[in-house]
Amino acid sequence: MTELNLPSINYSAISPILIMLGTALLGVLVEALVPRRWRHVVQLTLALLAVLAALTMVVLNSDERIITAGQALAIDGPTLFLQGAILVLAAMALLLIGDRSVERGGAFVAQAAVTAESADDRRQAEGRNGLTEVYPLTTFAIGGMLIFVAANDLLTMFIALEVFSLPLYLLCALARRRRLLSQEAAMKYFLLGAYASAFFLFGVALIYGFTSGIPGRPAGVDFATIHAAVSESPASPVLLFAGMALLAIGLLFKAAAAPFHVWTPDVYQGAPTPVTGFMAACTKVAAFGALLRVFQVAFADASWDFTPVLGAVAVLTMLVGAVLAVTQTDIKRLLAYSSIANAGYLLVGVLAPSRDGLAGTMFYLVAYGFSVLAAFAVVTLVRDEDGEATHLSRWAGLGRRSPFFAALFTFILLAFAGIPLTSGFTSKFAIFGPALEGGQAWLVIAGVLTSMVLAFPYLRVVVMMWLSEPGESTPTVTVPGGLTSAALMIGVLATLVLGVAPAPLLDLAAGAAQFVR
Amino acid sequence: MEETVEYAQATGLLGGVWLLVAIPLVSAAILLLLGRRADRWGHWLGVAAIGAAFVLGLSFFFQLRGLENKSVELSLWDFIAVGDLRVDFGLLFDPLAAVFVLLITGVGFLIHLYAVEYMSHDAGRRRFFAYFNLFVAAMLLLVLGNNYVMLYFGWEGVGLASYLLISFWTERPSAATAGKKAFLMNRVGDAGLAIGIFIMFATLGTTQYDEVFNGVGALTGTTVLVLGLLLLLGAAGKSGQFPLQAWLPDAMEGPTPVSALIHAATMVTAGVYLIARSNPIFSANSTLQLVVVSVGALTLLIGCIIGAAKDDIKRVLAWSTVSQIGYMFLGVGLGGAAYALAIVHLLAHGFFKANMFLGAGSVMHGMKDQVDIRRFGGLSKYMKITWLTFMMGWLAIIGMFPFSGFFSKEPIIVAAFERDDWTAWLFGGAALLGAGLTAFYMTRLFVLTFHGPQRWTEDIEHPHESPKLMTIPLILLAVGSVGAGFLLATSVPDWLTETAGLGGEHAEHEAVLSHAVITTLSLLVTVLGAGLAWFLFRAGTATAPQPAGVLVTAARRNLYTDTVNEAVFEKPGIFLTRALVYLDNRGIDGLVNGLAAAVGGGSGRLRRMQTGFVRSYATSILAGALLVMAAFLAVQAGWLA
Repeated sequence: MTELNLPSINYSAISPILIMLGTALLGVLVEALVPRRWRHVVQLTLALLAVLAALTMVVLNSDERIITAGQALAIDGPTLFLQGAILVLAAMALLLIGDRSVERGGAFVAQAAVTAESADDRRQAEGRNGLTEVYPLTTFAIGGMLIFVAANDLLTMFIALEVFSLPLYLLCALARRRRLLSQEAAMKYFLLGAYASAFFLFGVALIYGFTSGIPGRPAGVDFATIHAAVSESPASPVLLFAGMALLAIGLLFKAAAAPFHVWTPDVYQGAPTPVTGFMAACTKVAAFGALLRVFQVAFADASWDFTPVLGAVAVLTMLVGAVLAVTQTDIKRLLAYSSIANAGYLLVGVLAPSRDGLAGTMFYLVAYGFSVLAAFAVVTLVRDEDGEATHLSRWAGLGRRSPFFAALFTFILLAFAGIPLTSGFTSKFAIFGPALEGGQAWLVIAGVLTSMVLAFPYLRVVVMMWLSEPGESTPTVTVPGGLTSAALMIGVLATLVLGVAPAPLLDLAAGAAQFVR
Repeated sequence: MEETVEYAQATGLLGGVWLLVAIPLVSAAILLLLGRRADRWGHWLGVAAIGAAFVLGLSFFFQLRGLENKSVELSLWDFIAVGDLRVDFGLLFDPLAAVFVLLITGVGFLIHLYAVEYMSHDAGRRRFFAYFNLFVAAMLLLVLGNNYVMLYFGWEGVGLASYLLISFWTERPSAATAGKKAFLMNRVGDAGLAIGIFIMFATLGTTQYDEVFNGVGALTGTTVLVLGLLLLLGAAGKSGQFPLQAWLPDAMEGPTPVSALIHAATMVTAGVYLIARSNPIFSANSTLQLVVVSVGALTLLIGCIIGAAKDDIKRVLAWSTVSQIGYMFLGVGLGGAAYALAIVHLLAHGFFKANMFLGAGSVMHGMKDQVDIRRFGGLSKYMKITWLTFMMGWLAIIGMFPFSGFFSKEPIIVAAFERDDWTAWLFGGAALLGAGLTAFYMTRLFVLTFHGPQRWTEDIEHPHESPKLMTIPLILLAVGSVGAGFLLATSVPDWLTETAGLGGEHAEHEAVLSHAVITTLSLLVTVLGAGLAWFLFRAGTATAPQPAGVLVTAARRNLYTDTVNEAVFEKPGIFLTRALVYLDNRGIDGLVNGLAAAVGGGSGRLRRMQTGFVRSYATSILAGALLVMAAFLAVQAGWLA
């Protein structure tokens, strides 16, 4: 019997992950032990403190460049940068999730088990405090995402994928109002997510089969083994390509790239808006972090082969997102399609295999995350007695009713449209420049053209808010309490600062843009 | 011309060049943020901001005159600096930028003043001035940037502000449509410019003007050609040149001061500025210059022909703008000393066109917003000042001696005749023909509006002259229309040759006709065109369009360019959208299907169900997965890549 060797683990390097998962477990205990009226405050404080502590550890670890836990986790520049990004954006999302000033009792359902649309359901919507289980669920998801961007083998990556996906499925179902829509969204997300996970897992199996076919080398699914197998493989075997395709499908699903984007509009629309913001910002960072690592580390030597296919996916994604955004009439669906188009631009960055390209992609993820969270923060504020008023026709004339919030939203929309002096411009610039230098001119041209199209639906909303007369049904903007205001102002300020003086963050990203193998 | 372009550092007073952009920007921000609290005095703040910018611009201009190297740049901060990408957030103040600053702030100030009165009955006047200031700030940034990315900033800002201003009166559906059209056509041009800038990055690794101009000699001919064509596409979009001219006349839906400021004096000249600024690129490739000249010549004729068939006073003026900018493109395309001639014409045009647009606004003010020149007539008796000032503009645009158009347009016609092959006859002839046609349709406009019998609609009894706040800017601009041409033509070319990289030596070609003959000819066709129009329209015209021949019908329909646009861009665009929506299974929220109706039944549109089935989503994911698999395997089999 062979002796079992425990792998050595650098605990300080992986402490951000441990903090988040530990806090999630603690949160479950809080649910059981702390009296109901204290839970909200305790849970929110706990979650925010944990994020802060994890962020501190990321900063302290910023010079760490190691692979630990027996090849399972790589703590290197991109990991630390993306973990930091996830934590900062998650803190903003937690502020939105924790807000109880905009809606009495918060954005989450008080009793998830009552039949939707029933009298009980109406009673719970009228202001009983929402479930506090959302905090452990969110912290579990954050922990999963932190593992996902650090995962250095495909199995760890798969487990991380499930760890952050399952809480998200649940969170989607917990909207206080329009319960049917919310439950339908969660159900769809769950079924399709499971479906996509199956693709991913099957891909892992095929890749394992591929590595075991290389003579003289051990089989495995860690990235160093795959990388060596790809570069030493004499021919290009079907197993490798089929496996690569299946892995890509699983990841592209999470990234909301066409044609695997179909769930996005429904889920974004149905989920509680703070959760939508969390998904749009943090899930995107996590999914692209994983895509970057898989394709720039494990399959780097096959880049000639995957670039045309992923390039086609990128173009299709940009096209679908931009064109369908034009026809949307619901603000959350519009933002969903915009998020799909942004996935296309990010894929262009993934296909620019240089340090500048990697830095640009990471910068884009942060910049987009701030803007999109701020956008959803505004969406939570525009409401009438039935909850959020998301139909675009009801935003007409909002600029007259609430000029301040309309102005903030305008600024964010201009950033999405890539107007200069906003982070939307600098981040597109940071991606398209390196892509062009990497010889991907066709992707850049497609990107520029679709972003021109995409600017149109944004500006239509701007014009609608400012130049239309407010109608009978134009809702007012609820003046938010401290938490949502803080999230909103952080998002808007970051959008401005990253648009006017992006150099410090770009430098930081450039310094971190080197994977360890 | 292997001279290198070098910029000096801005010192002393010129270190404050950034104020030119900052003052209107801050004013716009104040007006937008204070909201209704600023309603009572907001417009005066807007006027004061532009006035202050003009005074500053003037003092910078005099400061610049005393310098040895007349191109000074001011680097504010490193905007983007990662890896090889390095973009400076910096400004450049040189003779070319200086004349643009004076035009934008000077004419802009007069138009702001006029708008105080013109918009006095509009509830949104403060907002209007905020957008107006925003526009001026963006335009100043456009001409003051020291690299192409800064130019692009201004470019986008100008496009955005003009979109807001054109759709200002959203209660008119036509205004919203026009705003969209302007926006979309500009986006086509913007895409060209953006891709051009990325190509500069890829080939030269920089977008700073001096580094680009010094490096352009090292590029291959094809790269220069592609780069130049993309820049030209951008310029054509912003300046309403062929094939992107259709938005400009539609943009007249905005308030008249907008038409005067944006669509006559400043924004549309951005394309000319871009080409003049990039002239080392355009001079490096003769094919490129030929394309620019052809676009200019073609557009100037298109503008004339369509302008002659329109009945809406602002649209005639708009098409004349298209046509006059065609002359400027012709000038910048000819290269050498003709660059300066084009800029002179641009400045002169800024005066007389603003003059006529504001005059048209004054006429509309007195005629209850009537715009149809068939329903004017005999207004010279009732609006003396408007009539006289408009006359100055009219004489200037048709190029009558000694008004400003004569001194600015005629040298371009001469320069077109100076080309060294048969194209001299082609482009010279087009420019000459254009002069005749311009005289014809502008005289038609002038006579039908101010002379002949009264053909007013019944509700107008006694048209009134506009108040002083509107007529004073008109008078000042009219003085410019009379005198500016001579002054500009004698001073500006020398001044502009001191712009680093601009001008170069003038290739002396013998014109195919002597200078005197060309001058005589151009005056002759002008008199002929004007005389013919006067003869035809002195007794007025029918109050409704009459059936006409093929050419007039075609001209009334914008020479079918809209039809072509529709067939080439709009139809495929709509088809693509529909196809994607269809493929996307449910797309538009309006497509409610049975499930939604059954489950959501009667609970109101806000709680309406989503319209897609999970099974169809799963199927489409499966189809996508099969496609991606197939593509990967095709790559593996060597069929792709």
